[in-house]
Amino acid sequence: MERIPILKMGDFLLVTIQVDMHDQMALALQDDLTERIVRTGARGVLIDISSLEIVDSFIGRMLGVIAGMSRVLDAETVVVGMQPSVAITLVELGLALTGVRTALNVEKGMKLLRAATGLADETNHAGERE
Amino acid sequence: MPANESKELPLRTDDDIVRMRQAVRSIAIETGLSLVDQTKLVTAASELGRNTRIYGGGGSVKIEKVDNGIRRGVRLTFEDHGTGIPNVELALKDGYTTGGGLGLGLGGSKRLCNEFEIDSRPGEGTRVMIARWKP
Ligand SMILES: Nc1ncnc2c1ncn2[C@@H]1O[C@H](COP(=O)(O)OP(=O)(O)OP(=O)(O)O)[C@@H](O)[C@H]1O
Ligand SMILES: [Mg+2]
Repeated sequence: MERIPILKMGDFLLVTIQVDMHDQMALALQDDLTERIVRTGARGVLIDISSLEIVDSFIGRMLGVIAGMSRVLDAETVVVGMQPSVAITLVELGLALTGVRTALNVEKGMKLLRAATGLADETNHAGERE
Repeated sequence: MPANESKELPLRTDDDIVRMRQAVRSIAIETGLSLVDQTKLVTAASELGRNTRIYGGGGSVKIEKVDNGIRRGVRLTFEDHGTGIPNVELALKDGYTTGGGLGLGLGGSKRLCNEFEIDSRPGEGTRVMIARWKP
């Protein structure tokens, strides 16, 4: 099965969802992220969903689980880049994404992560791989 | 796909659901639905398709492009021969789930579409019809 890649950037993990995910892929991402946070001691997770054309209740639940799980492991999660049409649809679907922090784009999301984790200057380590 | 034609797709695997979402999207574009309306329709389709697969034990969806001089849009009919829903009114309530979900699929799909019809019989199966029209 195709898996969603997770990149490490300093103390943060970066995920860009670029495909129409089937449910098993979403579940695998949940597990992979948990394992990576524990293994790397990452303090933040940034999930870029700007390529996602829909967010349904299943993906919404996955984002909530990842946010909750990372919090328990002392890491913050920020979801960035939601398309306006997706946001409008989410509200009507009734999905509140409670407990999930969001930001308009990657830059703002990184800023939020740095503020929330009290870590400055993460971008100095940009692109660093494990 | 020419106007007033339809096609049927299976809903048995995760991949079937991905394919169904893509088929619904391309017909919604052909019909001229706006991006927001496309997104609402595909999201509702994703919810109902997953219900068909998980609770209905698999089934199918009929995708119809409607253009009859009065209305233009897309109609989808999900059908399975699973357990059926004993209490449809209850199942439509937000937060009601028997599968550990969020319980948003049915009620949410209803809100996301212009038409919503559900016919479910315990022991026989479930059919849900939705439509989204071009304003
Ligand atoms: N096709 C079906 N066959 C049998 N039961 C169904 C079917 N569709 C829905 N149900 C029942 O209705 C309930 C509510 O469905 P709904 O889609 O609203 O929520 P969910 O699937 O439980 O959670 P979510 O969709 O938010 O992940 C389901 O838990 C299930 O018991
Ligand atoms: Mg559902």
